[in-house]
Amino acid sequence: MALARGTVEVAAGSVPREAGALSLALGNRGVLWGGMLLVAMALIAAIGPYFTVDATALNPIQRLKPPSAEVWFGSDFLGRDVFARVVSGARISLVVGVAVAVISVAIGLLLGMVAGYLRAFDAPIMRVMDGLMSIPGILLAIALVSLSGATLMTVIVAIVVPEIPRVVRLVRSVVLTVREEPYVEAAIAAGTRPYLVMSRHILPNTIAPLIVQATYICGSAMLLEAILGFLGAGIPPEIPSWGNIMSEGRTYFQISPWIIFCPGIALALTVLAVNVMGDGLRDTLDPRIARKM
Amino acid sequence: MSAPVLDIRGLSVSLPKGADRPLAVEDVSFSVDAGELVCVVGESGSGKSVTAFTVMGLNPPRALRAVAGEVLLQGVDVLKQSTPAMRRLRGEKMAMIFQEPMTALNPVMKVGEQIGEMLEIHTGLGPAKRRARVLEAMRDVNLPEPASLYHSYPHQLSGGQRQRIMIAMALTLEPALLIADEPTTALDVTTQAQILALIKDIQRRHGMAVLFITHDFGVVAEIADRVAVMCNGRVVEQGPADRILTRPEDPYTQMLMAAVPSLTPPARLQPKPAPPALEVKGLNKIYGSSGWFGRGRRQVHAAQDVDLTVHPGETLGVVGESGSGKSTVARCVVRLVDPTSGTILIGGQDVARLNERRLRPRRRDIQIVFQDPYRSLNPRRTVGQSIIEGPMNFGMGAAKALANARELMEVVGLLPEALDRFPHQFSGGQRQRICIARALAMEPKVLIADEAVSALDVSVQAQVLDLLADVRARFDLAMLFITHDLRVAAQICDRIMVMRYGQVVEQGLTRDVFGNPHHDYTRALLDAAPGREMSFASAS
Amino acid sequence: MLRYILLRVGATVPVMAVVALFVFLMLRLTPGDPAAVIAGDYATSEDIARIREQLGLNEAIPYQFVTWIRLLLQGDLGTSIFTSLSVTTLISQRIEPTVMLALTTILFSVAVAVPLGAIAAWKAGSLIDRFVMLFSVAGFSVPVFVLGYVLIYVLSMKLNLLPVQGYRSPWQGIGPFLAHITLPTLTLSVIFIALIARMTRASAIEILQEDYVRTAHAKGQNEFTILTRHVLANAAVPIVTVIGIGIALLIGGVVVTESVYNIPGLGRLVLDAVLARDYPIIQGLILFLSFSYILINLLIDISYAFFDPRIRY
Repeated sequence: MALARGTVEVAAGSVPREAGALSLALGNRGVLWGGMLLVAMALIAAIGPYFTVDATALNPIQRLKPPSAEVWFGSDFLGRDVFARVVSGARISLVVGVAVAVISVAIGLLLGMVAGYLRAFDAPIMRVMDGLMSIPGILLAIALVSLSGATLMTVIVAIVVPEIPRVVRLVRSVVLTVREEPYVEAAIAAGTRPYLVMSRHILPNTIAPLIVQATYICGSAMLLEAILGFLGAGIPPEIPSWGNIMSEGRTYFQISPWIIFCPGIALALTVLAVNVMGDGLRDTLDPRIARKM
Repeated sequence: MSAPVLDIRGLSVSLPKGADRPLAVEDVSFSVDAGELVCVVGESGSGKSVTAFTVMGLNPPRALRAVAGEVLLQGVDVLKQSTPAMRRLRGEKMAMIFQEPMTALNPVMKVGEQIGEMLEIHTGLGPAKRRARVLEAMRDVNLPEPASLYHSYPHQLSGGQRQRIMIAMALTLEPALLIADEPTTALDVTTQAQILALIKDIQRRHGMAVLFITHDFGVVAEIADRVAVMCNGRVVEQGPADRILTRPEDPYTQMLMAAVPSLTPPARLQPKPAPPALEVKGLNKIYGSSGWFGRGRRQVHAAQDVDLTVHPGETLGVVGESGSGKSTVARCVVRLVDPTSGTILIGGQDVARLNERRLRPRRRDIQIVFQDPYRSLNPRRTVGQSIIEGPMNFGMGAAKALANARELMEVVGLLPEALDRFPHQFSGGQRQRICIARALAMEPKVLIADEAVSALDVSVQAQVLDLLADVRARFDLAMLFITHDLRVAAQICDRIMVMRYGQVVEQGLTRDVFGNPHHDYTRALLDAAPGREMSFASAS
Repeated sequence: MLRYILLRVGATVPVMAVVALFVFLMLRLTPGDPAAVIAGDYATSEDIARIREQLGLNEAIPYQFVTWIRLLLQGDLGTSIFTSLSVTTLISQRIEPTVMLALTTILFSVAVAVPLGAIAAWKAGSLIDRFVMLFSVAGFSVPVFVLGYVLIYVLSMKLNLLPVQGYRSPWQGIGPFLAHITLPTLTLSVIFIALIARMTRASAIEILQEDYVRTAHAKGQNEFTILTRHVLANAAVPIVTVIGIGIALLIGGVVVTESVYNIPGLGRLVLDAVLARDYPIIQGLILFLSFSYILINLLIDISYAFFDPRIRY
């Protein structure tokens, strides 16, 4: 998803009927199914680990066992139960996805508003964003994590940084377009103060595209977290995450492919659910972006 | 007499489910003979364009389907043709030109090749012969230097030239029928006159049948042989142009005619003497001058040494074609853009140089109504919220502001309940009334109407013009009325200022400017006004 | 035209400066002592001091920056701590497989994605369209390396069609090159195809609503020619743009793909440097790859003038 979003230049001023927005969105199949799958995944992440065996318990006799009725997803090279590890790894994925989405949208919204509304700050902010966007996100994240040591916190920060420029661009383009609308000019002509013009007339137009954007960011953050883990630059293996489970499975792939495939499928399904929901939200909340993407 | 080129019999076209009526076009019958120009005239939503597109087979296939009747083109029913057969008919037997000559041409293809495409599709001519035919067609529509224009891209041509390209394209294969869908609506009035003359001329020379769609009775008076008037999908009246324009029988046609503003200004009362409410001196606006690359960028002198004065109770019309700088003047006066130099005195105080904070208290004295009623109101806020925003900015309590708003709703002819609704629940004309109410809520001294009636249908336009005249008198407003429409200007303005390329070319009493124009450009504008010699029924 | 090119080139300078500054500050401003991180858990204080010295971390930060920039302008991207080879030498040794993989991926993706997107737009709402959209959303959702392993599992391990890993240079024979590059290319192409097909579809759907498409219909032009001559010609700019932006995605994907298929390219170089904490290599490579991205996008910006006659300054 990472890049498709970067190119969403929003034609602003589209108006979802606020009142019916939620029910409208739920009427969309993508939103409904994606949402249901996500809720299920969140439940599994929240309470699942209490029902599985200990995800970190070593069992040398049970090494590299293929999936069976007892060990559903098989076991890894230390004999740990892959199913338990995958269930427990869901937590990391969801936490990273949601945290990155919320933080990058919050920071991006602020910077985008400033850049779009205050002319003096526009060029400096946007040049810095252009620079940030020029550093491939995965490289930036790998470098940041490897420098500051891999913890949940640094992984989140490392993924947030490359996501920010896209949010800034989106918000700025909405602000710049809406600012030209006659109703905004009428409000200015009526002596409305800048912060009220912003909050009443301009900001509401960013909500729908930002919700859609946040969903996509959530999906791509989960992928990036898994890639970091897979490359050995993510959260250390003491805490199971889908990425580091797969990373540990690499050596044994030829004999025990399930160690990679099981978390891989879980990850792909979750991200798919998020992206399908994003597409559905885009179609219902913001038909004008929908036409663009 | 031979059979008509186009014969539409009992045509009905369905609208998709959920539209405001089941049929876009209902039981429409009319015909166009060879060498005849038939105007189909109506307001927006009348079904006139749908009819034209049905003939061409260009309607979106699922949304708009012909459900009854036949459309005979030289005796062949186009509704029954297969897709390949239709493709052959288009271009060879009938061709079409559209409203927006800019968007109707492919921006990344040379115009000569776009004309040549017609020959490529329908003839077996080689490139050299095609090129010769294209140049011939370009000469036929009086394009200068066809050989060099051949290699131009659409954006390098003027609006009039683009429309000539479209006409040349339509004519290359000498079709029997030319359909023109509002072909001059997007053009300036002087260009419009040239294109209308060209269409008329070509039609005579080629003996073509022309089906001409328009909303403008001036245009009808200028070129039509026969007229069909459409309303809500039906033809309410048809007949020879002279008869329809001078003695319409159907009440709807009569109403439309009465709504067409006359080019003859009515007698006006002299406003009582008072100090000017708005005085602009030496106003200049240059775009594209600031910034790092300022010297390289092309500068546009959008307003050049503009002087104007408006007194309370008086309307000053600013008239000009696109690019004349008339809207720039309006936007500078409201301080939506910063003037480059000059003074803007409102009630004697200069606001041209005030910064936003010092300016804000002065803003209530000068309010503006914009052209596009669909974008002038925040769609997320109720009409009431939009109207009371301004007064509350100046410290009025919500209850008081709402009470005022309720009274204003009656002034502009709407029910007070409208305050609780959202803009999308209103028509264009109603929204323009709401915008006027919003401006009035500020109790301004000056009201600027920037093409405020240009987007409205002629019948609605007349009502909104009446409302503007009414509130000007009632609140003793000084009104600055920006328009490209000479008829509208003639009716509402006390004085007229004509602008061209950012400069004021002539200024005077409306009666004098219209009756005895001094500047060549003013004369050219007045001569170009379509249907100027026609006095429409009941316009007197 | 020349003016436009010069302006575009001029506009990339501040962006490159921002990238350089950011990469420089990343090392200096991250919490903790980078020398200690680089030296690893078992380093003595002498080791750390030596690394500090080697990285020049003892100087004042502005001085470090000026020194670094001066070297940079001379084409010196730094020197590896462990191998003592210059980063430019390392890049020249490793660049071929990466460029080859990137080229095959772009060529294959564009060849597949543009027709797919155009057909989906033309038949919007149909079964084909829904399939393309489903493929593209799935393409964005499956992690590159999982896809890589699925392909290895099916095509190499089960069907024995292609070699599992490694790289052969095309100069040593085109057959082995293709055999080895096919799987990585397929792996990396999926997300790229998804991206380009989506963009092509979106642009084409929008352009199909344009008045000039209606004009073409009014001329009696057939659907296929309308789609190519009028629609795709006008969609070229957004498609080329998305390819340019996609280069960043491609660079990221290369790191992962080279790791999965054990290809000795720049991606592996970065990763090995990260795992060894060889900071000069990380810094030099990020800079090199970011500048490559900027330059590719500069070329793409300039190519707009070729695709769209309206863009002439």
